[in-house]
Amino acid sequence: MPDSPDDSVPLLAARGLAVVRQGEPIFGPLDLELRAGEVLLVEGGNGSGKTTLLRVLAGLLAPSHGQILRAGIESEDLLAPVGFLSHATGLRADLSPLEQLDFFACLYGVRPGIAAMAALHSVGLAGFEQMPVRRLSAGQRKRCALAALLHTANHLWLLDEPYANLDRDGQILVDRLLEGHIARGGAALITSHGLIEPQLSRVRRMRLELADA
Amino acid sequence: MNTFLIWLNSFGSPEKFHRVALRFEPWLLALAVILGAAALYLGLVKAPGDYLQGESARIMYIHIPAAWMSLFIYGFMAFAGFCALVWHFKVAELMAMAAAPIGAGFTAVTLITGSLWGRPTWGTYWVWDARLTSELVLLFLYFGVIGLYNAIEDQRKGARAASLLALIGLINLPVIHFSVNWWNTLHQGNSINLFAGKSSIHESMLWPLILMAFATKFWFGASLLARTRAALLEFEAGKEWAQTALYGPRRPQA
Amino acid sequence: MRKGSVLSAFFGVIRRDALSLWRRRADALNPIWFAAIVITLFPLALGPEAAKLARIAGGVIWVIVLLASLLSLDALFRADLEEGSLDVMLTSAQPLAVLAGAKILLHWIATGLPLLAITPLAATALGLSPRALPVLLTSLALGTPIISVIGACAAALTAGLRRAGMLLSLIVLPLVVPVLIFGAGAVEASLTGASTTQPLLLLAAGLAAAISLGPLVCAAALRLGNH
Repeated sequence: MPDSPDDSVPLLAARGLAVVRQGEPIFGPLDLELRAGEVLLVEGGNGSGKTTLLRVLAGLLAPSHGQILRAGIESEDLLAPVGFLSHATGLRADLSPLEQLDFFACLYGVRPGIAAMAALHSVGLAGFEQMPVRRLSAGQRKRCALAALLHTANHLWLLDEPYANLDRDGQILVDRLLEGHIARGGAALITSHGLIEPQLSRVRRMRLELADA
Repeated sequence: MNTFLIWLNSFGSPEKFHRVALRFEPWLLALAVILGAAALYLGLVKAPGDYLQGESARIMYIHIPAAWMSLFIYGFMAFAGFCALVWHFKVAELMAMAAAPIGAGFTAVTLITGSLWGRPTWGTYWVWDARLTSELVLLFLYFGVIGLYNAIEDQRKGARAASLLALIGLINLPVIHFSVNWWNTLHQGNSINLFAGKSSIHESMLWPLILMAFATKFWFGASLLARTRAALLEFEAGKEWAQTALYGPRRPQA
Repeated sequence: MRKGSVLSAFFGVIRRDALSLWRRRADALNPIWFAAIVITLFPLALGPEAAKLARIAGGVIWVIVLLASLLSLDALFRADLEEGSLDVMLTSAQPLAVLAGAKILLHWIATGLPLLAITPLAATALGLSPRALPVLLTSLALGTPIISVIGACAAALTAGLRRAGMLLSLIVLPLVVPVLIFGAGAVEASLTGASTTQPLLLLAAGLAAAISLGPLVCAAALRLGNH
């Protein structure tokens, strides 16, 4: 992966993507494109297949139809690491936020300039760095996962309902992180129920309807 | 060659497979019954009794082909599973899983007939003979595959997981056989062998065995096709072709 | 070690699993307590006669180690799946076989190694002939990693299932029969004067095969859950 993403080739693209499970269509077929420096918001109600779409784009699930292009290369599997955030935060209950961030760093690599402590402070977990995640609230765990995103070096973020479990301050935090991310040349695809309006400078929207039979 | 190509082609499409299977099933079953009856007649009536074990050795005409099938079917299951894993063929998945209970059945028959054979020869219903012990472990391998398949809710995912398990088991199988044989010699000095040291078999004993071997293969084929067809219909129940196959062509609305 | 390299990912997984194991160290020693209790069951069931116990000691210890290793297998990938760290490992684009290998290694360190450590105690308790003890320890040292590898593959296959414990045992035990046969057989051979090199060499060969192929199979099994 080049250090500064090429603006002409989309970081992520999909053509005719669809998932069918046990005969039931989950979503699609759909096309999408995500370029460096922008946020794509995928909106849809419950059951519209947003989470499944995200998992397919993250290379965690194989699509039933269609192709995925990563930086112009057709590949279902990941060619480079992806910052992935889902309802399951990926945090282990016995470990402290600092230890979690170290784990993420070992797997993904560190973004220069953002140390673990600084990342935790900027998401509002100052004073909680050594506390086992078990003892943190749902909102705090979300913030910890966001700190991990901040700390690691991923150009592409795929976030499933990043605003969930967060209070108003937390939502502002997510917006701030996204702005910073795209300013640095990254890209993000986020899903949302549609209740919360992201306050971002560059956001495109895509609506996911319940798939037709 | 034409038939073979039709066969190969049918794997890709569930509907095609259904039609092909439906055509071949009765023939395979008929062949199995005819050959099986012939084998049993030759083996139980015409062939002479064993010079060492007398009449009780006749059970080998069922025991040995069953043992061969138990191994053959495991290999087939693993091969079909391999096709399922690599190419994601729905038919291959269902076929592999349909083969498992049949293979387990043959293994059970091997064990039961082996046990019955052992009674007059050794005086007990069970001996830790090398082959019987291997067959017992094979039975547990089958149970593992069947159990895993049934435990996973998503049928396709379950079939692929069970297929991977079958492949792991296949690689392990020669090792298990070798180790059980080694174990037998370690603890006995000479191995306990139900088939008491026969190096050459008399011709009249050979024919029933061969016929039965073919009969069991045909029976396996028929049973496998029937089971796979049933599983396929169940899985694709919503589709048009399955509805037609089950209930006949749709009558026009009145 | 550069963060984000394969090596750092390997040690990152080990460090995290080791930390969470250490935080729950009471639980982590369950296989040891299990083994200790079961060892006392045998004299209780068979009577304290020394000769009888000594005769079966090698095989009994092997079976107990096998069963105790199974206990900690169920949880091997469960936490990762439930908390979403399996997704993290998959999206990190690190070779999954390396990460699986890390987890297998830690399982052996956490379960196999402690069992190996209490083996001399168990051998004394059951009166195993002293000349068989080195063979027993060698066979266990070679065999327990193989059990960890095969167990991990089975755990990966059953990862999402609830109450998968029994099924896991049913899957693993037939596959480890050769390990048990050669391991306990080596001890038996040392008691009867037969050659111990053959079974031990076979175990070593099995270990080499398990270490090289096992993590790949394990990774394939983990991916199955997603494709």
